[in-house]
Amino acid sequence: MNNLSRYWIAFSTIITKEFLRFIRIWVQTVLPPAITTILYYVIFGTLIGERIGEMDGFRYIDFIVPGLILMAVITNSYSNVVSSFYSSKFQKHVEELLIAPVPHWVILAGYVGGGVARGVVVGIAVTGVSVFFTDLNIHNYAWTLLVFVLTSILFALGGFINAVFAKSFDDISIVPTFVLTPLTYLGGVFYSIQMLPEFWQSVSLANPILYMVNAFRYGLLGVSDIGMGLAISIILLFILGLSSFALHLLRKGVGIKT
Amino acid sequence: MSALCIRGLRKVYGNDFEALKGIDLEIQQGDFFALLGPNGAGKSTAIGIISSLVNKTEGSVEVFGHDLDREPEAVKACIGLVPQEFNFNVWEPVAEIVVNQAGYYGIPRKEAWQRAEQSLRQLDLWDKRTVMARNLSGGMKRRLMIARALVHEPRLLILDEPTAGVDIEIRRFMWEFLTDINSRGTTIILTTHYLEEAESLCRNIAIINQGEIVEHSSMGGLLQRLHTETFVLNLKGTIAELPELGGYVLDQLDDCTLEVEVTQDQGINGLFQALSRNGIEVISMRNKQNRLEQLFIDMVESTRKDGEA
Ligand SMILES: Nc1ncnc2c1ncn2[C@@H]1O[C@H](COP(=O)(O)OP(=O)(O)O)[C@@H](O)[C@H]1O
Ligand SMILES: [Mg+2]
Repeated sequence: MNNLSRYWIAFSTIITKEFLRFIRIWVQTVLPPAITTILYYVIFGTLIGERIGEMDGFRYIDFIVPGLILMAVITNSYSNVVSSFYSSKFQKHVEELLIAPVPHWVILAGYVGGGVARGVVVGIAVTGVSVFFTDLNIHNYAWTLLVFVLTSILFALGGFINAVFAKSFDDISIVPTFVLTPLTYLGGVFYSIQMLPEFWQSVSLANPILYMVNAFRYGLLGVSDIGMGLAISIILLFILGLSSFALHLLRKGVGIKT
Repeated sequence: MSALCIRGLRKVYGNDFEALKGIDLEIQQGDFFALLGPNGAGKSTAIGIISSLVNKTEGSVEVFGHDLDREPEAVKACIGLVPQEFNFNVWEPVAEIVVNQAGYYGIPRKEAWQRAEQSLRQLDLWDKRTVMARNLSGGMKRRLMIARALVHEPRLLILDEPTAGVDIEIRRFMWEFLTDINSRGTTIILTTHYLEEAESLCRNIAIINQGEIVEHSSMGGLLQRLHTETFVLNLKGTIAELPELGGYVLDQLDDCTLEVEVTQDQGINGLFQALSRNGIEVISMRNKQNRLEQLFIDMVESTRKDGEA
């Protein structure tokens, strides 16, 4: 059997395992983001949104749809990989992979694939919820899908790196709580940065999540605060940087080999 | 062909602790080999290096002619590992653990299920296939790790203290099982604390102590070097005082129990003749101490003395 087909089987085995893992515990993994999104629609969209009026030419509730979907994707892709890979270190079953003839890039791709799978399932759940509350029209399907998948990959990679360094269960919640959540909220999920004073607009531009939210909003609504070329370049650059770093960590055996 | 060939293997852990001090080891294809040694001797470290879980500091490892540095994947494909500690996902069902492991070795899903079934049946776990691994008993968990290690039909099976903490019935089952797969061609290396286990299973052994190989020979050759054995005799009837048995060193434990030391030159026949002459009838006899254990203690003690000298 040639190496590539062997690697392919190993890769799909990891993805299947990861998929079954989060599906088995769907009450903890898929249900919460759907419920949170409903709450956002009820409170921000329906109750408060009525008084806000329009934003960038859309009803407020329609304006926040892309950000809310992407926020769920970001959080879930990240947390799927960080908790799964950390627990594979903690319970040592990462050894099942380390003793097998599987190259590092396949291990990484498998876990990231698992994170993307969770992103997709949660994304579908949240989008499904959105259909009930909003007039969901997709401006550009291909672009929407592309940004969706790339963002999911990016944060799955982030979760992987976090897991490599994590030494306790606390370490896997620090980044999501203190970095991801603030950056997401400040990344233009709930507002257009045009509303901000000039100074805060420039500060916002340093937030990578802003580019993703806007790129995704462009896919769905056709409006954005940012140029699409710039947005996609930034996403790709991050993916490149994070995956090289993750592979480097695996090669050195950081956190998994003595 | 040698199944495993290790040269000058050293391991220094991060904290400057030298766990392996340049060991050499050669194990032939088809062998049933025991790696013995007290706690902390370096057994698990050596196994970790062979199976790619621990990075070596120096030296070379070859498995069926494949060099670990140059062809790591070929080496990994040859080896099945049963580690000392449980290392499966306890939240996964038994069958999936085995099927996934097969997948990591590149076995397609459908075939992986067939192999997992075969593997789990061999180890009496097929009935438990849908059970979460955390709900298995200790003995079942051990067997699960063996089933998982065999699913890709490795040529070399390495078991790190497979029977530690396992009850006697399951230990017997494992012994029979391992003997069987060894007779069908799988080379086996095991580490163990139970010297009795090594004695009844293995053809060749190495003893490792404080990161050094202190003995590397056949089991038979090793036992021959044991000069004196002590037997405990249970007697029919009682004896008042120690009889004179011409050269055998005796000790009386109680009215109907004797302890006797027999050197290799003396043999046991002479002992029984002497006992008969004295009208003493023996009901049963046993080794006072596992012979290998005795040898082991001697050997480890002598290296300790060498170290001090
Ligand atoms: N990760 C580690 N870091 C530092 N020292 C270690 C590590 N693993 C094992 N050791 C030390 O190396 C020595 C050999 O350990 P090990 O190979 O587990 O022995 P054995 O399996 O023969 O009981 C012990 O003294 C142990 O404390
Ligand atoms: Mg050990």
